[in-house]
Amino acid sequence: MSKLLKIQDLTVKVKDKTILRGINLEVGKGETHVLMGPNGAGKSTLGNAVMGNPNYDVTEGSVFFNGEDILEEDAAERAKKGIFLSFQNPIEVPGISLADFIRNSLDCRNETKTGIWEFRKELEKQMKILNMDGSYADRDLNLGFSGGEKKKAEILQLLMLKPTLAILDETDSGLDVDAVRTVSAGVREFQKDPDRSLIIITHSTRILEQLHVDRTHIIVDGRLVESGDASLVDRVNREGFVKYAS
Amino acid sequence: MKEKTRLDDVDRNLYDFRYEESEEDFYKVESGLTPGIVEQISKEKNDPLWMRDLRLASLKVYEEMKMPDWGPSLDGLNMDDIVTYIKPKTEMVASWDEVPDDIKDTFERLGIPKAERQSLAGVGAQYDSEIVYHNIREEVAAQGVIYTDLESALHGPYADMIREHFMKLLPANDHKFMALHGAVWSGGSFVYVPPGVKVEIPLQSYFRLNAPGAGQFEHTLIIVDEGADLHFIEGCSAPKYNIANLHAGAVELFVGKNARLRYSTIENWSKNMYNLNSKRALVEEGGKMEWVSGSFGSHTGYLYPMTILKGDNSKCEFTGITFAGAGQHLDTRLKIVHSGKNTTSAVNTKSISKSGGIGTMRSSVLVNPGAENAKSTVDCATLMLDSESCSDTIPVMDIRTQSADVGHEAKIGRISNDAIFYLMSRGMTEEDARAMIVSGFADNVSKELPLEYAIEMNNLIRLEMVGSIG
Repeated sequence: MSKLLKIQDLTVKVKDKTILRGINLEVGKGETHVLMGPNGAGKSTLGNAVMGNPNYDVTEGSVFFNGEDILEEDAAERAKKGIFLSFQNPIEVPGISLADFIRNSLDCRNETKTGIWEFRKELEKQMKILNMDGSYADRDLNLGFSGGEKKKAEILQLLMLKPTLAILDETDSGLDVDAVRTVSAGVREFQKDPDRSLIIITHSTRILEQLHVDRTHIIVDGRLVESGDASLVDRVNREGFVKYAS
Repeated sequence: MKEKTRLDDVDRNLYDFRYEESEEDFYKVESGLTPGIVEQISKEKNDPLWMRDLRLASLKVYEEMKMPDWGPSLDGLNMDDIVTYIKPKTEMVASWDEVPDDIKDTFERLGIPKAERQSLAGVGAQYDSEIVYHNIREEVAAQGVIYTDLESALHGPYADMIREHFMKLLPANDHKFMALHGAVWSGGSFVYVPPGVKVEIPLQSYFRLNAPGAGQFEHTLIIVDEGADLHFIEGCSAPKYNIANLHAGAVELFVGKNARLRYSTIENWSKNMYNLNSKRALVEEGGKMEWVSGSFGSHTGYLYPMTILKGDNSKCEFTGITFAGAGQHLDTRLKIVHSGKNTTSAVNTKSISKSGGIGTMRSSVLVNPGAENAKSTVDCATLMLDSESCSDTIPVMDIRTQSADVGHEAKIGRISNDAIFYLMSRGMTEEDARAMIVSGFADNVSKELPLEYAIEMNNLIRLEMVGSIG
């Protein structure tokens, strides 16, 4: 069976500094993978490189999505193919409401206009799952949102845009217990569709407690040092990353 | 990493259309300016004697005054080449059907009559130097609201009122181009709203400068009497010719006791235009002046909106945006004078520059000795879309009372690559992402505009951004 995402020997530089050193990773349809590792290991770099952030320079290797090499495509094209990245620090954009931003994104991805009434209904439904106050829809995108609200707004975009591969970059960091619970409810909602795949980047394990996980990978110093099933999460929880220290 | 190319100059074809007329269709005075020409204009316009004298006195001031040397360069402007008075061979009419086809065609393409049908209480359309169309809805006229061209008002029942107010806020000796305006002014609107009358829907006037090398010197005089309320919209545009065009208009606004005037303007001149426009408002006790201003075109722009808060408890709000593209230098000098007690002013401006465009925002707040408890907040934000463009914010504050509360905030920014990547990661192209960020930046101004103008402004921004990515 062909994999949804296939990363081969990926080497990535940021400002001439090599961050990722030959990563190999395959994610199948409907699978949830967890990427763990200490701070600075290169987890976020992997997410940005797959999404096509121009600040991340792929010097070697390849990334296939649905069997197609996507490295030459920009972020917008990759988004249209079904890749989504939830940002660790979402950008504040004054003058554009959260609802308009999502609707515009939908229009661009689908290359059609989304009807305002069905859009609003769907938005309301997804906001309820995330326990978000309806007034956020008309507030400027991320402007003055708390850390937790920003992360919820990212998951709201995930639920509205319905990508086939979502990469969640530290979605649980800086959240209190209740907010983590809400966000993981949103992620579970996303997982309901058996065709959707997830890569969850985290350095803690709180968000994973209520989620189904297929594979776990440990990244240290730009290299994938170990892969295993969900039980690897528990081991990291007990032992930390000390054993991988060189 | 993908290479980003420089932003292209704007394709303004959409707005640069014009109807080809033959030169014989027009009455013109010779280029350059002499007392003889001024007298000829005065005679042609059937001025009252006092107006003829005002024109000649202004010409004297014009000859004696120096060109302004503190703003953008005016070297490309040769005053001898500017034809001061061009009158289309048509009389003013009140029915759209009677407007000559070529002129009608121009305005139809700009959507003016359509706008009137949809949302306006009255429309005046000026083509080159003369008002060619004026209409006011019956119910508004029945309230006693006067909206007409200034020339015919000079011979009507409001002649004395005009004489009392005309060029009193903007006298000829204010600056050289105001003196020029006094000598050759032509066209423009006169609006009077009687005490207590609230005009529910906006009045609009539209200026169109069509002839090459022409100067347009329209004069707008608006008097909103005690307790009255008016929203007046002015739109201006010109097609592109290779000869430098000049626009030196004057707008005088009188806001009576407890009255409110909202004055909205979208200027979209072609990029060979020297736009030297002066606007001034005098606000009486408890009155409120609201400015909404969008400035897009012109080669060199000197925009001078000034508000004098004369009466106690009077207020002023200014919301404005400028967009300076390649070869453009837009210089805005905003001035607010607090004279009455408990007066407040709030300024909120946005300036966007790209492809080497220069935007300068000068704000000047003067609080006079008697103006106790005056409050003023000035907030200027600028967005530069590339590294060749330039933006300046120059605040001046002159506070002569103990109890004033005056604040100024300036922000200068560029669109970050992180922001573009964020928007693109949701499926927007780089061009869409940039346009969306710029629209968002301009949002607090578009919100203040009537809907069809807000749409036009967003279209203009989109137009300015199209082709900006290589």
